[in-house]
Amino acid sequence: MLKVKKQGKMDVSVQTPSTASAVAQEPNAFVKAVAEKKYEFGFTTDVETEIIEKGLNEEVVRLISRKKNEPEWLLDFRLEAYRYWQGQQQPSWAHVTLPEIDYQAISYYADPTAKSKEGEKKEIDPELMKTFDKLGIPLEERMALSGMAVDAVMDSVSVKTTFKERLSEKGIIFCSISEAVQQYPDLVRQYLGSVVPYRDNYFAALNSAVFSDGSFVYIPKNTRCPMELSTYFRINARNTGQFERTLIVCDEGSYVSYLEGCTAPMRDENQLHAAIVEIVVMDNAEVKYSTVQNWYPGDSEGRGGVLNLVTKRGHLRGVNSKLSWTQVETGSAITWKYPSCVLSGDNSQAEFYSVAVTNNHQEADTGTKMIHLGKNTKSTIISKGISAGRSQNSYRGLVKVGKHADGARNYSSCDSLLLGSECGAHTFPYIDVQNNTATVEHEATTSKINENQLYYCNQRGISTEEAVGLIVNGYAKDVINKLPMEFAVEAQKLLSVSLEGTVG
Amino acid sequence: MLEIKNLHARVAGKEILKGIDLTIADGEIHAIMGTNGAGKSTLSNVIVGNPAYEVTEGSILFNGQDLLAMTTEQRAHAGIFMSFQTPVEIPGVSMTNFMRAAVNARRQAQGKEPLKSTDFLKIMREKRKLVEIDQKLMTRSVNEGFSGGEKKRNEIFQMAMLEPTFCILDETDSGLDVDALRIVAEGFNKLRTPETSAMIITHYQRLLDYIKPDLVHVLIDGRIVKTAGPELALQIENEGFDWIKSSLQETV
Repeated sequence: MLKVKKQGKMDVSVQTPSTASAVAQEPNAFVKAVAEKKYEFGFTTDVETEIIEKGLNEEVVRLISRKKNEPEWLLDFRLEAYRYWQGQQQPSWAHVTLPEIDYQAISYYADPTAKSKEGEKKEIDPELMKTFDKLGIPLEERMALSGMAVDAVMDSVSVKTTFKERLSEKGIIFCSISEAVQQYPDLVRQYLGSVVPYRDNYFAALNSAVFSDGSFVYIPKNTRCPMELSTYFRINARNTGQFERTLIVCDEGSYVSYLEGCTAPMRDENQLHAAIVEIVVMDNAEVKYSTVQNWYPGDSEGRGGVLNLVTKRGHLRGVNSKLSWTQVETGSAITWKYPSCVLSGDNSQAEFYSVAVTNNHQEADTGTKMIHLGKNTKSTIISKGISAGRSQNSYRGLVKVGKHADGARNYSSCDSLLLGSECGAHTFPYIDVQNNTATVEHEATTSKINENQLYYCNQRGISTEEAVGLIVNGYAKDVINKLPMEFAVEAQKLLSVSLEGTVG
Repeated sequence: MLEIKNLHARVAGKEILKGIDLTIADGEIHAIMGTNGAGKSTLSNVIVGNPAYEVTEGSILFNGQDLLAMTTEQRAHAGIFMSFQTPVEIPGVSMTNFMRAAVNARRQAQGKEPLKSTDFLKIMREKRKLVEIDQKLMTRSVNEGFSGGEKKRNEIFQMAMLEPTFCILDETDSGLDVDALRIVAEGFNKLRTPETSAMIITHYQRLLDYIKPDLVHVLIDGRIVKTAGPELALQIENEGFDWIKSSLQETV
């Protein structure tokens, strides 16, 4: 066990990477056979899908914009992003082995609803309804989970958004971003790219050029959103990328809890998912954003799986604003994701709770950035990494305290749990403090599931498999408890399933 | 009935048990005494099925079943229970969830349905009273932050929940004050049925004041060198093991 505690002082810049790789020293190690991981959502949907030709150039960007009937300013935004992207290099600093991505071999737009649109009435293909039913996301409002509105996105298009009317009675806007561009162009124009500019990074530029669908949420002043809002992302078509774009604006004195879920079919080749999520939180407003990410992780040999390259950021603009990110990451072949918070408003509070599980050949480089700019801002980071098989799991986080952020506080705790002796856990905390009234604490632990714990469980009649499930869920409990109830139950099951077969 | 024949075992390449013969009939209590490193804990770990110990020779039958061919959890399902000398902590797993998993795993092995939550909690309540263990401990993580006495009492509580037919108490008395010892021992006695048999590993007579053994065995250097009635424990308490060792040397 390693424990580090640091107190921030003026002009300190600390970078202390620590690495714990389990070395094969115990012949009796419990991880011997890494069995084929079960992936429940690996089916494909047979639906007529309009897919544009592979490849990326200005004409493709124009075509996407045209298909969505977008205004001029948005096309310009896309084109600027595209031109910027062309001059950039794919970043290589993350602790993952990103395969070379042939951006010309991907199709940037796939519409599974195209056929039904031709008809007179815009009816949803029953196959699509069935698909979401199978995923546990019923799109019939009468069948829906109580208290949850859903925007269902397949490939590049939003299939349906439920409870839109009921929410609009309160002035809440919840729809696909494509629809928002048509219906509320001023709102979209005001906020799009204001939190994550297209110049932010390589994948942000790519997304800004070719983004297709995602959700748009606007909560008007002094409104508590009466139900959970959620978006379910599904990749279906082959050789396509999904470029989700989500924008959430929570106005003064309001509250919303938002959930995101994602799955994809099992395929031998990698699929690209490069998303941007932007959140704006005004005075005295609060946003909770929860993700259960279960993209196809590839098979036990490391073939296929989704490349999840995502930029998520929230801007706490207002005083006393609050934002919390909670993520349970069990999927994807590669995860590159740092949901971040810019704490501009005085007394604003940000939280990041994360469980990242990697198994087989999965690689995750994930964490957060907490950028303290306002006075008396407070952030909390709780990260739990679980590595099994031959996977690599890294926490990478930045805590930055600006010159004017008097009284800023951060507490970070990064724990790694190793299952077996061929996986790796790594921690890369960066701390940059420029105000001597700030307090920054960082704790890190690395542990292995103890043979004695398993033996104790076995003696009480609990099988090793079940014991691992109990111990892992216990380890992740602090994070799971932050999820809304329905999600928490799902996440618990997902954790156990993701690690099935990791102990021999 | 537990029948051990010519048992040899080693751990980390070192031979610890060098031919143990021991039969414990239903309803009998046997005490095992001996110097440190004599093999007492090895014997209990081998019976229970700790994968770190390797049996090189001999057999163990439990009610006619070949124990050595069974996994640790199968042995537990067959009715074998050990009160650990140093119970391990399992952070984040509440005692209630842990016990539910254990009780239901055993029921599943017996082809029974899992207990309903309300029934399970009712049984928890009853057994808790029996061993005088605080309700607060049940919502905490398994053994985490428990005092030495609480850990030992928690072992007996688990025994109450799992209703084993053969129990090993591995130095359950170590680290307990007189009151805690009495509560633990009385708890054990309340749980005993006429069929329950037990193997009690101890250094001291005081636990045997509460739990009367039928036979006392002395284990030295991997072998049982002396077996007698309860009076043997008293004699060891007063005179130590040296007289047994020297009588051994004389016979050699």
